[in-house]
Amino acid sequence: MSSNALEIRELKREFVMGSETVRALKGISFTVEPGEFLTIMGSSGSGKTTLLNILGCLDKPTMGDYLLDGVDVKKLNRDELAQLRNHKIGFVFQAYNLLARTSALENVELPLLYNKDIGPGERRDRAMEALKAVKLDNRFDHMPNQLSGGQQQRVAIARALVNQPVMILADEATGNLDSRTSYEIMALMQELNVNQGKTIVFVTHEPDIAAFSSRTIQLRDGIIQKDTKNENRKSAKEMLANLPATDDYNI
Amino acid sequence: MNIANLFRIAYRALLRNKLRAFLTMLGIIIGVAAVIAMVAIGQGSKQSIHDQLSSMGTNMLTVQPASNLPGGVRIAGTSFQTLTIKDIVALKNHPQYITDISPSVTSRGQAINGPLNWPTSITGVAPEYLNIRKLSVKDGIVFTDNDVLTSAKVCLIGQTVVDNLFPNGENPIGKVIRFGHIPFQIIGILSPKGFNTFGQDQDDILLAPYTTVQKRILATIYYSNIYASATSEDMTDQAMAEITEKLRATHRLRDSEDNDFTVRSQQELIATLSSTSGLLTVLLTVVAGISLVIGGIGIMNIMYVSVTERTKEIGLRMSIGARGKDIMMQFLLEAILISITGGIIGVVLGFISTWVVTATLGWPTIISESSVALSFFVCAITGIFFGYYPAQKAAKLDPIEALRYE
Repeated sequence: MSSNALEIRELKREFVMGSETVRALKGISFTVEPGEFLTIMGSSGSGKTTLLNILGCLDKPTMGDYLLDGVDVKKLNRDELAQLRNHKIGFVFQAYNLLARTSALENVELPLLYNKDIGPGERRDRAMEALKAVKLDNRFDHMPNQLSGGQQQRVAIARALVNQPVMILADEATGNLDSRTSYEIMALMQELNVNQGKTIVFVTHEPDIAAFSSRTIQLRDGIIQKDTKNENRKSAKEMLANLPATDDYNI
Repeated sequence: MNIANLFRIAYRALLRNKLRAFLTMLGIIIGVAAVIAMVAIGQGSKQSIHDQLSSMGTNMLTVQPASNLPGGVRIAGTSFQTLTIKDIVALKNHPQYITDISPSVTSRGQAINGPLNWPTSITGVAPEYLNIRKLSVKDGIVFTDNDVLTSAKVCLIGQTVVDNLFPNGENPIGKVIRFGHIPFQIIGILSPKGFNTFGQDQDDILLAPYTTVQKRILATIYYSNIYASATSEDMTDQAMAEITEKLRATHRLRDSEDNDFTVRSQQELIATLSSTSGLLTVLLTVVAGISLVIGGIGIMNIMYVSVTERTKEIGLRMSIGARGKDIMMQFLLEAILISITGGIIGVVLGFISTWVVTATLGWPTIISESSVALSFFVCAITGIFFGYYPAQKAAKLDPIEALRYE
């Protein structure tokens, strides 16, 4: 059982809004094995964001169990959740959420600053390693405003990788990018998934992004509508190669 | 979470927005600089007031004869004759809290220079009298102990006497005038002191050796007063006790008997002095308090705005593993760094502005170490105190809400 990256059993989440109780998640169960590339899809109001918050250990379920890498999230307090996020989850956001006026390297170092077991030397080495993994090893000292949207998102991915998490949790990570850059990011994600065996949970509402993953969960009204393995997974790299080359976008 | 990392985080966060950090510091900088400069100016003027008042002889003590008769018709103390050479000898015998001692005898009369005359009084004193009363000689010399021994017919005269007896601007030094029937040679002119607080002309004065006045004018062995200086103004009470004790012994008074003399100090001057310095201290404390509160409120203001403005950053930090207390420590450290840096800049600015005040306005200033240390530490503490609430607000943010904040 504990070989699963994450395991969810009969998960429910209810919000009390005044006199009403909103049931955002009405009992969800699934497991994710290490090395899976899962996309969670759903229209707005489907409970997608609520599930993402719970998966990211930012929120706790009202009922049901959530085990992340064998750790029962329910038993943890606020500080322990923070530590769990620090050690086991790498977040990638739609709006990148990089610290302004802070170099790419320092942005990537950030999660390790909150990990007391890692010294300054190791912190720097691992941040440089992570930036190399997203092919930004020539952009260490660039500030976010000196980077393109795609590059900023790659810095964010490096930041998600640097603490060697159990899972990378991406929230509409391509939502702010044009299709070419989206494919570049997806190609990077696929590479991390296939070559380095990273577990990725990708929340999106774009079906063509879901096509790059190995499995898709479709949410609707707080329950799982569909849970399908993606048999013919598309390669983002090939899609990228097939895009018409535009003159004004060459480096 | 180790403190070095938190320090690094806070430091980087401040560097990321230098202007905001500087604006926050401004209150503290001005506060500390103002306290240092104000205290320096205050101390300087206090010192100069002190010096001025001291020049009026704040440590002067006066002994007057008095009645020790419990009943009957009381007579004015000055008409008693109790102070003699024995008292002077006793007081000069190993004095502890007294420095200068001088007897004094006074006689009113007419000072005459040829056809001109002027009603004034002659005071017979010892040379120490000039020290006690902070008098000085403008021209000429002071009579000596030898003049006292020989009852020499020499005198020092005040400016008013000079103006009335020598109206044509001739040099009075060496001239002989008469006081009553006795001729006196003028050997010095006293520096003018003007009128005192009671409207008496302090320059309408003629000083001669006390023996001369005693023997040649009054024919008495008694003194009308004894003047003395306490070693310092703070020692006045001890000096008074010492005089009382010694005089009681020479007058052979029994314990049951009252003093046949009174000792007076310049309490009014001393009171003025301490009330002046007390007022300055209160004033400066108020100024210091106001500026520090303003500095503190400045920090709190900007930290609050900063927490709101950086909600998203806080959300991000929390999502990647910062605990509430890490966020709290970050903001608290930022506040501390701001107030300490501001404090250091403020100290430097305080020194510079003090120097500028002295150089341009010529005001006396004294920078006191305690004001530097105090304002610096109070500022640091204000920073922590006023930084605490915004820091706590930041720490209590919900990461989900904070991340979605626009």
